[in-house]
Amino acid sequence: MRGVTVRFGAQVAVQELDLVVARGETLVLLGRSGSGKTTTLKLINALCRPSAGEVIVAGRTTASWEPHRLRRSIGYVIQEIGLFPHFTVERNVTLVPELEGWDPARRRARADEMLTLVGLEPAAFRTRMPRELSGGQRQRVGIARALAADPPLLLLDEPFGALDPLTRAELQREFAVLTRRLDKTAVFVTHDVREAVRLGDRIALFAAGRVVFDGTPDAFRSSGHPEARAFAAVLES
Amino acid sequence: MNLLEFVSANRAEFLGLVWQHLTLVTISTILSILIGIPAGIWVTRRPSVSGAVLGAANVLQTIPSLALFGLLIPLPFIGGVGARTAIVALVVYALLPVIRNTVTGIRGIDPAVREAARGMGMTDGELLRLVELPLATAVIMAGVRVAAVVGVGVATIAAAVGAGGLGVYIFRGVATVNDTLILAGALPAALMALAIDAGLGVIERRLGGAK
Repeated sequence: MRGVTVRFGAQVAVQELDLVVARGETLVLLGRSGSGKTTTLKLINALCRPSAGEVIVAGRTTASWEPHRLRRSIGYVIQEIGLFPHFTVERNVTLVPELEGWDPARRRARADEMLTLVGLEPAAFRTRMPRELSGGQRQRVGIARALAADPPLLLLDEPFGALDPLTRAELQREFAVLTRRLDKTAVFVTHDVREAVRLGDRIALFAAGRVVFDGTPDAFRSSGHPEARAFAAVLES
Repeated sequence: MNLLEFVSANRAEFLGLVWQHLTLVTISTILSILIGIPAGIWVTRRPSVSGAVLGAANVLQTIPSLALFGLLIPLPFIGGVGARTAIVALVVYALLPVIRNTVTGIRGIDPAVREAARGMGMTDGELLRLVELPLATAVIMAGVRVAAVVGVGVATIAAAVGAGGLGVYIFRGVATVNDTLILAGALPAALMALAIDAGLGVIERRLGGAK
């Protein structure tokens, strides 16, 4: 990301952003509500367009990608509501393969594989509807869906925000193992500093549309920036 | 002569009028679906025209039905005396509920679901076909049911422009102050409205279950 600014009308959401994500790394975008982290995430899959500057994914600017091609090559996990309420778990999981025209047998096999990967028994969950799942199960399905077409890059927007603390910790652990094992690059948005430190190889701290800190979790703890210290203080409490 | 005697004595004519009536309602409802759903979708894509389209459909519906039939008669192509004029008028009445419910149904979808669909890489067409229309089906079908039921009632007036239907008995009954004749038109029309409503309800559940 080079010199990216996003404006909504007169309001500036992110300003002169320079950010690089290395292959295989998990970058956490941390910040308060409205600090520009979700906007930054959406710049990567072109749900938001830069007003100035450019965003480069897989060697090409997002402006030069066809939006739906770009998005199908990126796994996207969203909080809670992200599953389609009228699709079964299986159809949700294999949505991108369906859009890509995989044949049904291959999709079925893929759904089972993905459900197993995220710890859900395929026979028990395949035909369920999202409303019949617990919050934790829904997020597992969301992750399975994001991984189904085997994208190299995952975007996660507060995926565990609405979960109870125990389930959240469980999913965080599994997520860390999974991204490492599958060698995925991940950009993870959260306002939870504990989650950021636990999952991030690197943390980018946002304040008022700018990145005020960019470095490892250890460097984050000892950073002198006031916003970083405010967040780090939560860790010690 | 009571109602049953009348109907059995004039069975052929009665069934012919029922059939005419049903045809008028069926054709006009299908046309209103074919026009109204795309119009509704178009409106959701261009919020700037939504006021104008819904307003126009609203105004058309406030025209008293007998007057609308009368106004259409002198018009070229769509007017004249007969079934065509009646169908045009019926479509005009049926459009509002279909358009409005299509718009309401699609707009009522959680924006987060729509954004998730885009984020997954759906094109506009896929978003509409896989997400928006399925999730709006119940609301759209409710509009179609209203349109069909209203259509059954309004179609009784089609007899005034020579389109036939059960209105023939009603107008004849009013003219000759014959309650039996009025009932011979009104009662089957009411039953038809109930039957159509129930039938569409079954279709609606099928559509809901097919996903």
